[in-house]
Amino acid sequence: MPKKQLTVNGKRVTINIDDPDMPLLYALRDNLALHGPRFGCGLSQCGSCTVHVDGKAVRSCVMPLSSLKANQKVVTLEGLGSRNKLHPVQRAFIEEQAAQCGYCINGMIMESAAFLATNKKPTDEQIKQALANNLCRCGTHDRIVKAVKRASTYA
Amino acid sequence: MTIQLSRRNLLKSTGALVVSFTFAARASEVLAQGPKSAKPVALNEVDSFLAIDKTGLVTLYTGKVDLGTGVRTALAQMCAEELDVPFDSVSLVTGDTQLTPDQGNTWGSLTIQTAGVQIRNASATARNALLEEAAKKLNVRKEDLTITNGVVSGGGKKTTYAQLIGGKSFNLKVDDKIKTKDPRSFKLVGKPIARVDIPDKVTGKFTYMQDYRVPGMMHGRVVRPPAYGATLESVDESSIKGIPGVRVVRDKNFLGVVASSEWNAIRAAQQLKAQWSKAATLPDQTKLWEYVRGTKVIQDQVTSDTGNTKNALAGDGKKISATYDFAVNLHGSIGPSCAISQFKGGKLTSWSASQATHALRKQLAQMFGMSLDDVRCIYVEGSGCYGRNGHEDAAGDAAILAKAVGKPVRVQWSRADEHGWEPMGPPTLVDIRAMMDAAGDVTAWESDFFIPQQTAGSFLVPLTGATLAGLPQKDDIAPGNIFQNSAIPYKFANVRTVCRRLENTVFRPSWIRTPGRMQNTYANESFMDELAAAAKVDPIVFRKKYLNDQRAFKLFDRLVVLSKWETRPAAQQISSGNVLKGRGVSYVKYELVRTYVGAVADIEVDRTTGKIRVPRFYLVQDCGQIINPDGVKSQLDGNIIQTISRTLIEEVKWDRSMVTTLDWESYPIITFPEVPELHYDLIDRPNERPWGAGEPAASVVPSAIANAIFDATGVRMRSVPFTPEKVKAALGSAA
Repeated sequence: MPKKQLTVNGKRVTINIDDPDMPLLYALRDNLALHGPRFGCGLSQCGSCTVHVDGKAVRSCVMPLSSLKANQKVVTLEGLGSRNKLHPVQRAFIEEQAAQCGYCINGMIMESAAFLATNKKPTDEQIKQALANNLCRCGTHDRIVKAVKRASTYA
Repeated sequence: MTIQLSRRNLLKSTGALVVSFTFAARASEVLAQGPKSAKPVALNEVDSFLAIDKTGLVTLYTGKVDLGTGVRTALAQMCAEELDVPFDSVSLVTGDTQLTPDQGNTWGSLTIQTAGVQIRNASATARNALLEEAAKKLNVRKEDLTITNGVVSGGGKKTTYAQLIGGKSFNLKVDDKIKTKDPRSFKLVGKPIARVDIPDKVTGKFTYMQDYRVPGMMHGRVVRPPAYGATLESVDESSIKGIPGVRVVRDKNFLGVVASSEWNAIRAAQQLKAQWSKAATLPDQTKLWEYVRGTKVIQDQVTSDTGNTKNALAGDGKKISATYDFAVNLHGSIGPSCAISQFKGGKLTSWSASQATHALRKQLAQMFGMSLDDVRCIYVEGSGCYGRNGHEDAAGDAAILAKAVGKPVRVQWSRADEHGWEPMGPPTLVDIRAMMDAAGDVTAWESDFFIPQQTAGSFLVPLTGATLAGLPQKDDIAPGNIFQNSAIPYKFANVRTVCRRLENTVFRPSWIRTPGRMQNTYANESFMDELAAAAKVDPIVFRKKYLNDQRAFKLFDRLVVLSKWETRPAAQQISSGNVLKGRGVSYVKYELVRTYVGAVADIEVDRTTGKIRVPRFYLVQDCGQIINPDGVKSQLDGNIIQTISRTLIEEVKWDRSMVTTLDWESYPIITFPEVPELHYDLIDRPNERPWGAGEPAASVVPSAIANAIFDATGVRMRSVPFTPEKVKAALGSAA
């Protein structure tokens, strides 16, 4: 079985795969048992699977492992921050209670964290545009925008 | 702002989740070995609901589940309040048919209203018993004892719940008449306590159904027919021989694959070559409403009948009529349905995000000819479902595959599975007629709702897997109380409302959030606005004229203030500009017996594009005693935003064989730039009983928008969704 090396949340890992073009999402969820990145559509339409690759938000459901080099830094929601060391965006989502079912929230946080790294003091409209391709079905949008805005004041 | 509990609480609540899962796993072992759990689940036993361990930690068992609405937090508040224990000492076990009482499906905005009250009574009964026990033990009169945080003290002595009951059973019947706390002494109920699940959800620690794994588990996928009703003619297994370790499972028209890795299962399902028969069973969508109107009516369900509308409508006056329709809609969960099933020792264990594990258990038992005792369904929270979506079907699929391969199997639906095969909100067609006399008074109201039949007392939506595999199941149509809110709250002299229950509908029907109430209220409240306009009366003044309900009046008063409503007839100042602005009002008393909602929508219509925008939405709600105001507001967000999406955008489309809107591009939903500013006013009534908040507010959204469009343009939108094409066509025909 072919092996693939990845750098995930700061650690170099080696996984066994049958298909070199398997999307990154399945390596993260099935091989590495991570829960942050989520399967939503497999079509790059909803954003639930978003992770950072070298600091950029990417849709892991359509990123073939073959396109990733071992030294490229993959960061998932778990790697962004943890309960004991929350990332400002995670902290703001808790403070704004910005989750209902929470299934889309991984994508919302990962997309926002990458966005805030490039736009430190965004307007509400800019936040809405930045998240325009991330879908939420519970109707948490308003709180999500407030949370991202709040997070921008922590940086 | 919510009340943020301490880190200790957060950590403990994580611990509680772990405990419940560990317990479930342990109980699963017991199940596999035979003996039944000794824990009672009857609705009249305190032990069915509550257990207090030797350290004083409380486990609350409830058949209701948290579908992402936050009821886990709210139910814990009700329990902790009534028991007088710290909020963070309560953890929940939910929706496990072996461990939790059957409190009915998690639907209909009933969790707080029904199950919450049962839990409150059980907790008060337990508290009273503990107080009596403490009085005996301490030899202090009951009246002289007080309880704080699970510590009973008085007469200079004290004891704890842990000492009194820790690890033991109550052996006590729930007293439904027990005196519960005076709301003035509430410390937890009515407070915006932060949700217990959010810290884990934002850090990737939460285990959703889609993350759940059991040892030895395989990954399964179902290969669906290209057309509803197609039969499987042949399968070419050599088409997937390059993918390692895949088994093909075939049972009549059920075709699936099982593999040791998820990606191999996905690839195999995509690449497996199968020959299906041609099938074209669906009606022509361009003639949908003719199809609905032409479907055989098997029952006329009269939902209200006052006076004699036939005579009144034949009399003198202005007769006004309109027809409204509401498209087929998806639940549209962001995470497609997922389940795991395991057969072991002749018993079936099913893990799923089902809103109705007790009902699912019956269906699975029937499918495989098993006794109920041999089937256990365990709830694991999934992506929000907003009604009966595909979670139960995934459980059926997983069970068929698990039985075939003799190992636990996880089935994760694809996006196309979810968009094409979940049960849907049925098409709704409504005719309304009214008579208005010379003074502008409504003298008669008559309506017909063309909606699918409902199996009496059942509510089991057939499982797709059982249908494809030809396994035994009740062949029900169970759309879920969709007759509700066909009758109206307004007191006209002659009223007759009828649900014409149809033998069939276009897809497997089910209940989507606010089932029936959303579609029916859209028609009723749009028509009320038409009548107000015909009478040239302000639409709030007009509604109040036909109501005799102090809580409704209070609601409207607060709505007028919140939205700065100016009393005037609608559509008086239509301008010729390109962007027209208007506002519309709507009202509902949910099912005519509970939660009141009033709303005002501000909208903008772009004449050139036909696009509707909702910049602001105002809503006042009275759901009686509020358990968690932040939770209620979060539900209002959900109701409004999801229903704006349904009102403006959503529509399932199909050809004669199959749904063609199989992804988010072809069935889009609302996105961030379209979400309005939201303004709320909650009327809290601590001394009243609590009512549901998960559904009612969705009822008023489509009509508030439709009425606002009329206010802006003078044009009535009578067909949901209000797409740019429909709006342009309506504006064109009005010009």
